[in-house]
Amino acid sequence: MRAGIPIFIGGLALGISSALSQTGDLNLPKSIAAGVPFSIQSTGSGKGTLYIVGPGQMIKQDVQLGGSIEIATGALYNAGHYSVWIASDSSTQSGAIDVTPSAKPADLTFIAKPSRLPVSLHNGITGSAYVFDSYGNLITKPMQVSFQLSNPGSAPQTRTVETRNGAAWTQMDSATREGKAQFVARVGDVSSTRIVGQVPGDPCTIKMSAKPAGNKIQLVTDPVRDCSGNAIPDGTIVTFTETYGASKTTVDVPLKKGIASVQVPAHRGATISVASGVVLGNQVRWAE
Amino acid sequence: MSNGGGRLLALVLAGATIALIAIGTLSPSKTATAAAGGVHFTTSAGTPEAAVRSLGEQIRANAFGRAYEGLANKGEFSEQQFRRDLTSGWPDLRTYATLSDFQVQPLHATDTDAAVRFKMQWSTVVGPSPSTRDLHLVKNGGRWQIEWPIQKEPVVPPQVIPVNYLRWDVINRSSADDWGAQDVEAPHVRIVDMHPVQRAEGLVLLGELLNEDVVPAYVSVTATLLSKDQKPIDTEGSFDDISHQLLPKQVTPFLIRFPNVNISQVGSVRMTPFSTLISASADPVIEIQNEKLNPAPDASLTGQLTNQSGQIANVAHVLGTFYDQSGQVVWVGDQYVDHALLPQTPVAFNIHIPEDLARKVSSERTVVATYSFGGTQ
Repeated sequence: MRAGIPIFIGGLALGISSALSQTGDLNLPKSIAAGVPFSIQSTGSGKGTLYIVGPGQMIKQDVQLGGSIEIATGALYNAGHYSVWIASDSSTQSGAIDVTPSAKPADLTFIAKPSRLPVSLHNGITGSAYVFDSYGNLITKPMQVSFQLSNPGSAPQTRTVETRNGAAWTQMDSATREGKAQFVARVGDVSSTRIVGQVPGDPCTIKMSAKPAGNKIQLVTDPVRDCSGNAIPDGTIVTFTETYGASKTTVDVPLKKGIASVQVPAHRGATISVASGVVLGNQVRWAE
Repeated sequence: MSNGGGRLLALVLAGATIALIAIGTLSPSKTATAAAGGVHFTTSAGTPEAAVRSLGEQIRANAFGRAYEGLANKGEFSEQQFRRDLTSGWPDLRTYATLSDFQVQPLHATDTDAAVRFKMQWSTVVGPSPSTRDLHLVKNGGRWQIEWPIQKEPVVPPQVIPVNYLRWDVINRSSADDWGAQDVEAPHVRIVDMHPVQRAEGLVLLGELLNEDVVPAYVSVTATLLSKDQKPIDTEGSFDDISHQLLPKQVTPFLIRFPNVNISQVGSVRMTPFSTLISASADPVIEIQNEKLNPAPDASLTGQLTNQSGQIANVAHVLGTFYDQSGQVVWVGDQYVDHALLPQTPVAFNIHIPEDLARKVSSERTVVATYSFGGTQ
């Protein structure tokens, strides 16, 4: 379908120019903003047909030659370069017009990545904003976009970036406290908000204690936290390993209410260790 | 066709039917016989080996009733218990398995009793599952009979076990959203170790993958071997030599096979870990007890799995990571346990270690992936 448009336009132009012997230039503005009304001054007399052909849009209408032809508000709205012809039985007049994006931003596409990341990560959050007018044209004229990352309980981080070719981007640090941050991009009176989840990082230390429980050993960790003091989320796997002689017992236990707890068989002289991911905790030697 | 011709055809068809019925009755197929519960198999019990072979054929044909009838110690258990010993009482891999082959190995014999090793090869949906029983046989009236070493299935007492572990559910963005609309982030995973090993059958990549995120992940790993001039040689995935579901901060080993590739051909390797969000539960918790590295010959990692939760795990996949003295991964082995894991009921596992690598193995780490019928857990 798209491939057929240039062929159609080419054919149309060829057909018009070859069928008519007399040609002339149209009097029309060189450039207009998207959706703005404008007029085309034609010469000659009688009836003709106006063709405006450009990227993604084509207008065809019957016109009276020798006067002003009005193009209404919102009729021509896709930004780009347009060819204009007025054809009649005896003559053809042509011209060109550029439609530029409206200067007033109406929409903002805002991409914030990632939507979830660990706390205390320098330049870990990226925001990209693309500014569009009310007709969906990317506004390529430089504009000031302000980015603001608001974390609960701390001062917001703010950056102002000028768009280049319609886009502006920035990087922000994640906060030291876990929680949902509001990431807002604003241009003029248009804004867009994204939520960025800031989650605890790796456990800072894991401390485990052991006590007898019948013929077993009850192992319990202290509340597990990252190096910023955030509680590691429930469900995180903590691995307990008990080594005795040439044998071993291993249990992967999810954190529940901030701690991990499990019972393992009691073996005199056993060495018990605890770990989570790549973080090792303390070791306990069972002497009872 | 004339009436006379029609009558002749009817007579020929009737005669052929009677002849086929007679042949079928006089020499039926074994499977059909077993299904009908009727005529005998090869019931030669003149030697201990023949008696065990006969039992094997009956089990292979699912003729558990006939097999049970021929046992010397059938008074110690019911036919149902015998059947459950072989095919499981709970839905698991063995429930849907068939005995594809068996071997009989005499261990000891006198005039009145004998010992025979009975090696069964079960075909399961995830591959072969071997099982071995040492059988004691006694001679009764000139016939050898088997004393079946029944392993009665443990009975879990009726009870209510409260489970309040976390569960994660995922809601993704809608297809109707704008292209810039936010979606939930895929879990962040990281390859924490990778090591190539040359084997006779080809190149093997071993490694470990960590879920460093706070949400569960479905993971897999793909590797592409590149030649010295950076042209791709082959791309393979870990398939089931990995634990596909990783809870936060959980680590899985992985193994990727490149058959018929030599390490000398390889200039570099491009690793591609894949992760996506998955609805998951932190339950059940599986304890791995009595893990033991057994030296060659028959080098293996053995141990027992104990389900510490209330939910039955129908299938358990045990993955062992084997390290040398410097802590480098030298092998990854696995075994599917063909019996369901009932609460607080130990089930043994045995992971084979290649003989030539067994000498290098200094330590190991074991992980278990479980599946419950009705959904991945």
